[in-house]
Formats: sequence, C-alpha cells, structure tokens
Amino acid sequence: MAYTVPRPKLTFAEKLYLPNIVAGLAITFKHLKRMLKGETKVVMQYPEEKWDKSMPEHYRGAPTLVTDQHGRERCVACQLCEFICPPRAIKITPGHIPAENAFAKVEKYPAAFDIDMIRCIYCGMCEEVCPEQAIFLRKDYAITGTSREQMLHNKEKLYELGGVFDGLIHKWNPEK
Amino acid sequence: MDFFGSIPWLLIFTSLAKTIFLVFLVVLPMVSYTVYAERRVSALIQDRLGPNRTGFPLTLLGFKKDFSPFLGGLGQPIADAVKFLLKEDLTPGHVNKPYFWLAPALAMMPAIVTLSAVPFGSELFGYKMVVADINVGLLFMFAISSVSVYGIVLAGWSSNSKYPFLGGIRSTSQMISYELCMGLSAVPVLLVTGSTGLSKIVNYQVEHGWLLAPFTDGGLQLREVLLIIPIFIAFITFTISMFAETNRLPFDLPESETELVAGYHTEYSSMKFALFFLGEYTAMIAGSALVVVLFLGGWHVPFIPDGSHGAIFGLINIATFFGKVALLLICFIWVRWTLPRFRYDQLMKLGWLYLFEIALVNIFITAGILAYTK
Amino acid sequence: MSPVLFWLFTLLMLGFATSVVVNRNPVASALSLVGAFLALAALFVGLDAYFIAVIQVLVYAGAVMVLFLFIIMLLDLKAEQRRRFNIVTLLGGSIVAAGFIAELTALLSKFQLGKRGFPTLPGAKPVDDVYQVGMTLFTTHNLPLQVTGVLILVATIGVIILSRRELK
Repeated sequence: MAYTVPRPKLTFAEKLYLPNIVAGLAITFKHLKRMLKGETKVVMQYPEEKWDKSMPEHYRGAPTLVTDQHGRERCVACQLCEFICPPRAIKITPGHIPAENAFAKVEKYPAAFDIDMIRCIYCGMCEEVCPEQAIFLRKDYAITGTSREQMLHNKEKLYELGGVFDGLIHKWNPEK
Repeated sequence: MDFFGSIPWLLIFTSLAKTIFLVFLVVLPMVSYTVYAERRVSALIQDRLGPNRTGFPLTLLGFKKDFSPFLGGLGQPIADAVKFLLKEDLTPGHVNKPYFWLAPALAMMPAIVTLSAVPFGSELFGYKMVVADINVGLLFMFAISSVSVYGIVLAGWSSNSKYPFLGGIRSTSQMISYELCMGLSAVPVLLVTGSTGLSKIVNYQVEHGWLLAPFTDGGLQLREVLLIIPIFIAFITFTISMFAETNRLPFDLPESETELVAGYHTEYSSMKFALFFLGEYTAMIAGSALVVVLFLGGWHVPFIPDGSHGAIFGLINIATFFGKVALLLICFIWVRWTLPRFRYDQLMKLGWLYLFEIALVNIFITAGILAYTK
Repeated sequence: MSPVLFWLFTLLMLGFATSVVVNRNPVASALSLVGAFLALAALFVGLDAYFIAVIQVLVYAGAVMVLFLFIIMLLDLKAEQRRRFNIVTLLGGSIVAAGFIAELTALLSKFQLGKRGFPTLPGAKPVDDVYQVGMTLFTTHNLPLQVTGVLILVATIGVIILSRRELK
C-alpha cells in the first residue's frame, strides 16, 4: 500500500526562507571561527608532524632481513617467502656455504636477495612464513626513490634496514 | 581632414593608465586571490585546512630561503596560473570549432568591460578614478553583463554534447529571468539618488550618507529612516539576483556538478577553461562593486575626505572601495559554502513569482515615501 | 565622433548585417545580428546618445537575441543549412533592392531639407539624456506611452491565456 509522507507544515518564517539562511550562515561561521581559533582538531600535517612515536608494535612497514647475535645472516635461502609472496616481489638466488665455514651445517645462504618495493604490498606473509625468523616487516614507511633501480632493495640495503635481531632460534648455534 | 589633431591624446593616455591599473594591477590579482580565498574559506568552514603549502620558491632565484608567508599557500594562485598556461589545450573532435574558441573570450570580456563604468575611487592627482564616467553607468553595466550570457550559451551549444548544452540552456533562461529582478531592484536607488550615473550615485551617498546606513553623514532625517526599509528590501533582492546572474551557488545550475558533470564548460580544458573561471570571478567582482556603489557608499568612509584634499586620501579611498568589495566577496564565498543548490523549478519560481513582484512593489513604496516626505 | 570611428563602426555594422543574410547557419546569423546591434550602439554613442545605445544593447543584444538564440538552438534547424541559393529569388531580390535604392536617390536629391547639415548642439556639455527622455515621455507624450503600455499588457495577457489553453 502506498503511503504518502506528509509534507511538514511550515511556519511563516520558514516559508520566508531568509531566517533559515541566516541560521545556516551562523553555523558555518561557527565552524570557521573554531578553525581560526585552533579549537578544531585537523588531520596531521605530514612532513612536519609524524606519527613515528605513536606507531603500533604490529605496524607493517618495509620488509627487512636481520642477522642474529653472532652476526650471521639468518636467512637460509629456503625461498618460502619467494613462493608465498602474492605480488612476487621477492627474488632470491641461493648460494652454497663452503664446508670450512663455522656454519657449514646450514648449507645454504642467499647469494642475492632482492625485494622490489614497487611491487611489495606490505602484506607480511613473508614474515609469517619464514621458518628462520629472518625476514621482518619494520616500521619504515617512507620508501621513496626517483627511479625503479632505487626502489629495488638488494641484500645490503635489506640488512642495513633490518639490523640485528636477537631472537629465539638457536638451532644453528655451534655451541648447542 | 585632421584625423590626428582631433585625437584627445591626454584622455586616451589617462584612460589607458586607469584601465591598466584597474584590470591588471587590481582586478586580475584580486580574481586569483578570490579563488585562493574560496578554497581556503571553504576548507575552514568544512573543518579542513585548505591549500597552505605553496609559498614563493625564492630558492630558485638564488635566495637563501623559500618565502612562505604566515598563512601559507599564498603562492597558490601563481602556481595555478602557471598550471593553466602549461596544460595541454585539448579541443575535442566533435565540437563546432570557431564558436568553441570564441565562447571563452565572450565569457571573460564583458565582465572586464563592465568594470569600466565603476567609480573605484574619488580623485587622484586631479583625475577622476573611473575609466568611463558616463551618465548611464548603471544601465551600461546591466547591458554589458547581459551580453556575457553569450559566452555560456555558445560554449554549451558549440560543445555538441548533451551536458554542456543543458547547462547553456539553463543559463540562458536563468540570466534573462534574473536580469529583470536585478534591474527592478536597482530602481529604488535611482529614485532616491535621481541619477543613473554611478559617480553621481556615489556623490549623493557622500553627501547624504550611505543608502543602507544613512547615518554616515552625521545626521538622520525622518525620510532617511523611512527609506531604509525599501532600500534594505532592494539590497536583498539585488544581492540575490546578482548571485543568480553570476551563476554562483545556490544558483549555479548551469554548471551543477552533480547533474551536468560541469555544465557548459565540460569540454573545455587548460586556458580556455581558465577564461571561464576568470570570467565568473570577474563578474563576481563587478557585481560586488555594483552593490558597493549602489548601497554601501562606494569609496566613502566617514571622516575621510576625498582625493581633492591630497593624493594620500585618494589612495585611501581606492583602498576603501576595494576593501568593501573584498568583504562582499568573502560573503559570496561564505554563502556558497553554506547553502545547497536550488532545484531548477524553484529557481524559476523564486525569480518570477517572488523577487520580481517584491522588486516591483518596492518601487511603489519608495516612490510613495519620496512623494510624501518631500 | 572621429570620422575614423564612424566609418569603422558603420563598416562593421554593414558587414555583420550582410553576414546575417549570407550565413546559412542560423546560430551564426543570430550572432552576426548581435554584432550588428553592438556596432549600431557604438554609432549611437558617437552621437552622444548614450541612453539609446545602452538600451539597444540591453534590450536587443541582451534579451531579445538571447531568446532567439535559445529557440534556434532548441529547434536545431538543419534544413536551413542544406538550402542553396536560388537563381530566381536572387534575381528578384536584387531587382527589388536596386529599385529601392534608385527610388531613394531620386527622392533624396530633390529633398531640399536633407542638403543642410545638422545644427550644432548648444554647448559642449553632455546632455543628461535619461532625464530628458523621461521628461518627454511622461509630459508631452504621456498618452501615447500609456496607450502603448495597455497594448503590451493586452498582448501579455493574451500570451498567458493562449499558453494556458495549450497546456490543457
């Protein structure tokens, strides 16, 4: 059944329309005044103000590689991250660790480890899948460059961003 | 025949100087900074900040530091202008080329020409601060601004696509309707001041007080008090019709984004679009100048003499005039960001059924008061 | 008015007027007519008749022609553009025009008053023509003015009644 919404009965002042315009102008003026006084909260002014301090622990920034407390690179070039990466941003070239090395037990190391930051979607799947806790998403978010080459993070860059991580895994530790 | 001897070189030179001062040193910078104010004030009203970054890149010229003044973003209009000039000028293939090119010029030019009749100051070094002091100044402004509709109509027609065409059609009927109201609401002012020359209207207000505030000459007569009512009504109707004439919100139906993409300038880009933009804002300035001249006493402020007492006062008078215009422009912007758009039938109804009648009755009231308080 | 300006605007007006007839595109014709009106207004300014000049622009260029243009655009007249010049009508038209010009020259050469120049206006002071037009209209020509007003009123009412019947 059709139901007609009744039109509201307008008073003379409302029909005249001008008082309501003045009321509307008063409202917008109130907003203007509060902005000018600085009472209204506005968005963060990015390059001057940054939210680095209040950034949450679980923030997913740029993926990085880390070394352990002995200075050994944690990555064992298992390539799980390469396979799981949805946009296929990671490219690993595995290398062989020679027998005379203290960590010969590990067998493999990444000869080259490239992450294409143009492709990376910061999903964190590489971190989740890594059995060695070698790759972590850190809090760097301002990843910029003026060319495609600059946006390609190679191994040195990734270790520079990642630093040392004193973590849980000790199975490659020779003392053990 | 003595062609060259009869040419009034001095008149041509002074007129040229006044025109250049008015158009290039005052109005065009004012237009670009009105656009900036529009963006900034709208942002502040909507609890945003608006363009506050672009300063003046003095480092490019070898200075130590970029200059960004206290509000920030004051370099924005210059950046905008450069952007408009450097953008690709695209002419769609389906348009009617000659008219497509003619339309932006026709939209921009009348708005600037109307300014020639406005007395923007009293006197400076013995020269009257008005480009063309004609005794039909008000009618001249109405006439030229009524020509400005051709720019919009042609833009809509020559674009050869539906949205611009609808915008053009809308603006035609809107402009014709509101021109009537505008003319009629100015008649009470003419009745009171007894002249259609804009300088004479201003001079009347200098002697007898501003029409909207008749106490500015120091005295208050019964007649002036009675006249405030019709003059105030005339002011309201005139301002409303001026909003409609300049296609400003709440009457911007020719370019209403939500229905017509961008209305008559949908197919335009780069500098051709900028000309429409400039034309709209120049028309706003011309309209505000007209309101200032008709109702707010032109360049006059109490206790400051006119320019014949010294060049400094002449300059103050010019500054006063443009200060008043700037205040009105702020009001324009303020109204734009407060009110929603009218529906098309509401617009026509408002123009023909209310404003037209009110303005007509208002003339009779004014004439009655003038006749009985002589 | 400087003779240079007079000839400039006269030629402009005649050029625009010719292009009204010659143009096949109705919109172009209408715009040419606007141009002719503007040039005519400039000629009025040259005669110090500012009021008539302004009214010419305000009424004809600003209102009447806008309505014309409005209707032309809505009708979208394509048939007019396809039509070519007809030899017979062209010949007939030129004969009529030539006859008219011959008649005018024959008559004007016998018209003694026309040979005198215009009397110079008293004083170099510009005339307040709005005031004078108003005074003349409302004192000496008051009755014709009122009659014209009634005539226009009748026409307006007639238009309203006709258009209302159309709606039903």
